[in-house]
Amino acid sequence: MAITIQRPPLTLKEKLYVPAIFSGLATTLKHLVNMLLGKTHVAMQYPEEKWDSHLPSYYRGAPALVKDEHGRERCVACQLCEFICPPRAITIKPGEIAEGDKFRKVEKFPQAFDIDMIRCIYCGLCEEVCPEQAIFLQKQYAITGLSRAEMVHDKEKLYEIGGLKTGLVHKWNDKK
Amino acid sequence: MDWMFILISLAKILGVIFGIILPLVSYTVYAERRVSALMQDRIGPNRTGIPLSLIPGLGLKDRQMPLLGGMGQPIADAVKFLLKEDFTPAHVNKFYYWLAPCLAMVPAILTIAVVPFGSSLWGVPMVIANVNIGVLFVFAVASLGVYGIVLAGWSSNSKYPFLGGVRATSQMISYELSMGLSIIPLFLIMGELNLPKIVEYQIQHGWTIIPFTNLHSFAPGLYKHHTWRGWLNWKEIVMWVPMMISFFIFTVAIFAETNRLPFDLPEAETELVAGYHTEYSSMKFALFFLGEYAAMITGCSLIVTLFLGGWHIPGIPDGSHGWIWGLVNIGCFFAKVVALLLFFIAIRWTLPRFRYDQLMRLGWIFFFELALVNILITAGIMAIFPN
Repeated sequence: MAITIQRPPLTLKEKLYVPAIFSGLATTLKHLVNMLLGKTHVAMQYPEEKWDSHLPSYYRGAPALVKDEHGRERCVACQLCEFICPPRAITIKPGEIAEGDKFRKVEKFPQAFDIDMIRCIYCGLCEEVCPEQAIFLQKQYAITGLSRAEMVHDKEKLYEIGGLKTGLVHKWNDKK
Repeated sequence: MDWMFILISLAKILGVIFGIILPLVSYTVYAERRVSALMQDRIGPNRTGIPLSLIPGLGLKDRQMPLLGGMGQPIADAVKFLLKEDFTPAHVNKFYYWLAPCLAMVPAILTIAVVPFGSSLWGVPMVIANVNIGVLFVFAVASLGVYGIVLAGWSSNSKYPFLGGVRATSQMISYELSMGLSIIPLFLIMGELNLPKIVEYQIQHGWTIIPFTNLHSFAPGLYKHHTWRGWLNWKEIVMWVPMMISFFIFTVAIFAETNRLPFDLPEAETELVAGYHTEYSSMKFALFFLGEYAAMITGCSLIVTLFLGGWHIPGIPDGSHGWIWGLVNIGCFFAKVVALLLFFIAIRWTLPRFRYDQLMRLGWIFFFELALVNILITAGIMAIFPN
């Protein structure tokens, strides 16, 4: 059944339409004047001013590998992140840790660890799935490059972004 | 001296078109972007500077360029328009497709020929063509602007430009009527079609919509032919009403003629992609764009000439008192035009677009009748208060 919506009756002032134009002009001019006087401050001049200091702790930027305070690379090349990655941005080439190494019992390490930042969707599933607390989403968001090859972060670059992270669980102590 | 006349006219044409109108057009676009941004609490284009570092010999390093609040933006836009690919779709009617942008730009600039943009400079009157049919010429030529839009819409052979062209035709034809009728009261009073003489009349009798500008207390002695009149007489006060109505209808009609926002149905982005210039790119698009703004400037010049006293500001003598005053008069005229352009911009970002039936209703049922009645009122007042 069709519903007829009653239109509200208009006063003479509203019917004339011209007063409404002037009140509208007053509104736009108020905004103009406030911007000119610097009372409104909404825009940020991006490359000079950045929002970085206001980013929340849970901000999902570029994923990167971390080392712990012992200087050990935490990734054990289990490839869980590679398998869960929805856009298949991660490629890991596992390698065996050499005989005689202090962490020989860990057995594996990533020989190559590439994240294609053109594919990455910053979902954070790699961080969530990692059993070793080895990959974290950092706060970098301006990932740029001049070629496709430049946009692939290799292991060196990932450690450079990730750096050192303290306060993590140490699974591979000497006693364990 | 025929060749002297031709040389002076040529100098005036080149000076007005390339020295004033085209820079004014590009900086109107810039002003539109900045002002609209400020009205919407944004900042707008403020980055494009003038790349002085590209000039060798100045010793400026990279990025050491004056930003000037983005004043280089129109220049960068012009370069962009020139360098972009000029794409002609396969399905268009080539001849009319190429003709339409010219037809959009030319009438807008041609109209400025009869508008007096200053008093005189070294004894040369500051109007390109001092013709007695000034206003008729304006209406005749300005109406041709619709052909550019119609041809663009039709020759593009595509549905959105077609709809835009059809809308533009009906809209411009509708508002042409009330626009023409709205200024007949002016001619009843002034008995002139010559625009410089209309300005002269306003100097002596007060601006059309601000009739007390002829109180010569501002500059006694400058106008020998005119004696002190005391205060406004009754005729001027009563005549103020039809003049305001004329001004209102004419301004609204100029909005409709130039396709400015409350009436920008021919290129309504939300409905018609870009309307009549959807299929255009590169410099051909730029010509439509510039034509629209040139038409806006011409419209504002007409409003200033007919209603706001042209180049006259009370207390400022005309060009016969020295060339410096001639330049000041030109400055006054374009200051008024720029103020009106800013008003146009403010209206654009204030009012939403009309619906099409509302637009037609406004033109045919209100303004047309109002303009007719206004002529009767003016004639009545002139009959009641003979001089």
